Amino acid sequence: MAIAAPERPTTVAAPRFVEASTPMLDARIPSGPLERKWIQRKFENKLVAPANRRRYSVIVVGTGLAGASAAASLGEQGYDVKAFFIHDSPRRAHSIAAQGGINAAKNYKNDGDSVYRLFYDTIKGGDYRAREANVHRLAEVSVNILDQCVAQGVPFAREYGGLIDNRSFGGAQVERTFYARGQTGQQLLLGAYQAMMRQVQAGTVTLVPRREMLDLVTVDGVARGIITRDLISGEIERHSAHAVLLCTGGYGTVFYLSTNAVNSNVTAAWRAHKRGAWMANPCFTQIHPTCIPVSGDHQSKLTLMSESLRNNGRIWVPKNVGDRRQASAIPEAERDYYLERKYPSFGNLVPRDVASRNAKEVCDEGRGVGDSGLSVYLDFRDDITRLGRDVIKARYGNLFEMYNRITGEDPYSTPMRIFPAVHYTMGGLWVDYHLQSSIPGLFVLGEANFSDHGANRLGASALMQGLADGYFVAPYVVPDYLASTKFGDAPVNHPAFDAAAISVRGQLDRILKVRGRTTPREFHRKLGHLMWDHVGMARNKRGLETVLREIPALREEFWRDIAVPGSADLKNQSLEYAGRVADYLEFAEEMALDALERTESCGGHFREESQTPEGEALRDDENFAHVAAWEFTGIGTPPVLHREKLQFEYAHPTQRSYK
Amino acid sequence: MIVAPALQGTRHHGMRIKLRVWRQAGPDAQGRLEDHQLDDISPDMSFLEMLDVLNERLIKAGDEPIDFDSDCREGICGTCGLMIDGRAHGPLPGTTTCQLHMRTYADGDTIVIEPWRADAFPVLRDLSVDRTAFDRIIAAGGFISVNTGAAPDANAVLVPKADADLAMDAAACIACGACVAQCKNASAALFTGAKVSHLSLLPQGSPERARRALRMVQQMDAEGFGSCSNEGECEAVCPKQISIANIARMNREFTRASLGGAS
Ligand SMILES: Cc1cc2nc3c(=O)[nH]c(=O)nc-3n(C[C@H](O)[C@H](O)[C@H](O)COP(=O)(O)OP(=O)(O)OC[C@H]3O[C@@H](n4cnc5c(N)ncnc54)[C@H](O)[C@@H]3O)c2cc1C
Ligand code: FES
Repeated sequence: MAIAAPERPTTVAAPRFVEASTPMLDARIPSGPLERKWIQRKFENKLVAPANRRRYSVIVVGTGLAGASAAASLGEQGYDVKAFFIHDSPRRAHSIAAQGGINAAKNYKNDGDSVYRLFYDTIKGGDYRAREANVHRLAEVSVNILDQCVAQGVPFAREYGGLIDNRSFGGAQVERTFYARGQTGQQLLLGAYQAMMRQVQAGTVTLVPRREMLDLVTVDGVARGIITRDLISGEIERHSAHAVLLCTGGYGTVFYLSTNAVNSNVTAAWRAHKRGAWMANPCFTQIHPTCIPVSGDHQSKLTLMSESLRNNGRIWVPKNVGDRRQASAIPEAERDYYLERKYPSFGNLVPRDVASRNAKEVCDEGRGVGDSGLSVYLDFRDDITRLGRDVIKARYGNLFEMYNRITGEDPYSTPMRIFPAVHYTMGGLWVDYHLQSSIPGLFVLGEANFSDHGANRLGASALMQGLADGYFVAPYVVPDYLASTKFGDAPVNHPAFDAAAISVRGQLDRILKVRGRTTPREFHRKLGHLMWDHVGMARNKRGLETVLREIPALREEFWRDIAVPGSADLKNQSLEYAGRVADYLEFAEEMALDALERTESCGGHFREESQTPEGEALRDDENFAHVAAWEFTGIGTPPVLHREKLQFEYAHPTQRSYK
Repeated sequence: MIVAPALQGTRHHGMRIKLRVWRQAGPDAQGRLEDHQLDDISPDMSFLEMLDVLNERLIKAGDEPIDFDSDCREGICGTCGLMIDGRAHGPLPGTTTCQLHMRTYADGDTIVIEPWRADAFPVLRDLSVDRTAFDRIIAAGGFISVNTGAAPDANAVLVPKADADLAMDAAACIACGACVAQCKNASAALFTGAKVSHLSLLPQGSPERARRALRMVQQMDAEGFGSCSNEGECEAVCPKQISIANIARMNREFTRASLGGAS
């Protein structure tokens, strides 16, 4: 890639970041025993009397699981809720694509599950980089989420006796994952969407479709509204409220190719960051081991094959480097079921980061399969023989069809080919125990916050977290904020709204003025390559320093050469896209910096310099048992790093081992 | 359904495709078909990736790209939806536009691409339309009334597996609007019927069954969708293969509710 390196400073290198000089913000974690913390806090929280609720207006940005469930729940309580989203319907949010399932500590299988075990597994799976109190709360409410969804009519899989069925999922040794065929996210989102639409009918929730939040408005240091662009008319609009809830999802598309929907973005979160909300652990990203491999340059997104497939499929590559024979021609003795070999107790069900890294390793050794050599087999032959084709079809029929449609190959007769792809972002805006960001009145829910998954998320836990935040946390913490805050006036003609609206308009005009030759997609693809190569599955100092030089150069090129036709006063998809890419070009730098600064390996963050003799991620608890929360100071000026120390009173950090 | 090799067309590298694409600057503007020639289309591209390629070329030439909606690009969000040679989502059964791949076509083919056409789905620009009418149908009654926190234990109510499976079949609808687009009356009966069925098949939904059917059907009519004349075109193009048995179920629910005098 021909990107000119910027001029090197001749004097001593400027610091990349500044250590915070002020004490860390209070995360407001309740004292007392773990299992009493949330109960106690709910009791301490201030309440708003039913008759007063409609006087409080709440802006919800995003209507995925987190946003729709929050909007529905706050609407039911009687608040005046406005829900904004970039899609044409709230039901299109990216949550709709989740396939595998949702965890709940119901112990319906009598196999040893409990709230404490779900808590423990989540902390351990996150490689001891999440807060105990938050995670315990998540495990506690998981059981209520399931109840809620069933009552809404979510058609979960059932057993013949009429009870709900469940299964084990990605790395769990208990069966605690509930599912609706391969469409769990769709059905859960429809449940939340329908609950929200009921409130639309009741008049407490107003939908504002096809609106992109382009700025956060703060008045006297408190979040009081947002600036949006109407994606149909192009109009820049101002919306004022008493609280703002960001539920805008993850930033996986910073890698260009990922399993995320193509409109996923960091824009809302990044612009809030530029207004003062801290960004926590942005380098924590999850690479999912079971995706359909890339077929060519035209590729616009990657498709996930649910990891539930790993329950019945066996992962292997040829034992010999350069074995180009067809799968069926490779005899059993010449196949390497490398996960089963290296991790006998977990086998094909090791956590995602372990499975992904091992796939990269065998491909790096030259044992990868397919035309590009960048994939491994996921083979159902044995279980088709053992259980019959019908059983496999009942479990995975729709996934097999999807695979066939994309690749033209039939997984019943030839093993699937899979390769890791970016899937989820554990990092996100920093929030305290109340899900409030470093800006009072700005709450962050769902994948957009950093809160519960540490350095690696367990399968089926994102749906749980999004719904926990929206159904069972926001309805307690947002009212507490409203009841305990004295609000001044923040009309939409307030100077803070003027300034934000002008800055939004200015950025759109600036993009349109360039009339260059490089499309938003080309810039996005270039950035994605850089990020995948150096901030992807394995990271090292040299690579990270390289991207930290190349990103600013690419950003400069963007502002010199971006090509966006048309105007800002009409529907203009390339303008929308260019704005999102511009934000990624800023955000990516902070992400790489975070990865450079965290010299340990943990969870999905693998620093090659920090590994055990067996090549496993090696944590450095002494220096890194903290959340890295970054404060924005300007483009090209070093951000401020705030460190929130993590305390482990219950789940004591051990070296993760899945042997 | 696994696509048979015969449907996959012949594999060519660098296929030549001629496109006739609907262009319309805004909701009230006059529209027209515009011709484009593409010479290097890979059979592994998805249909939308082929449009991406065309759009890249248009942008580079300083022209405005073709506006079309998509998001998940894996057939689940329901955002995409194009009339391809007069058929909603193109030639393959059970397949959304975003899942259609160019290997379905042959070198030299001409493809006509238009937006959904229905009074209740006005065109916004080029190939993108306004489907908010669907949301209003759901708001009218497509839910089970249960406030957050008010739910009994998930296993307190047993649901026979067969009912749960049927409910899931109906709930699989992605609200893309293909059913409306293909129907000569632009009826939304399959979309509405699927939601009425999903919820009325479950015991949780039964107290509001009658009211739901009445309200949703009334809203459907108010939005300007046509009435169903049982042609079955909707089922044939539905990417989730939702059965028209759901329309019959909705009609029964509606009749029952009308007779029962629910409001
Ligand atoms: C393919 C796939 C499969 C998955 N499977 C599972 C699974 O089986 N189990 C599991 O637990 N998790 C799974 N996940 C993860 C999980 O689906 C997501 O983490 C979760 O759904 C995110 O929900 P959310 O509400 O935070 O955000 P989203 O659902 O992404 O919603 C974001 C919302 O924000 C809106 N928005 C975005 N930007 C703006 C803006 N600037 N202005 C206005 N609105 C905006 C969008 O319109 C949308 O409504 C999967 C993820 C993927 C990609
Ligand atoms: S883009 Fe989601 S269904 Fe086609």
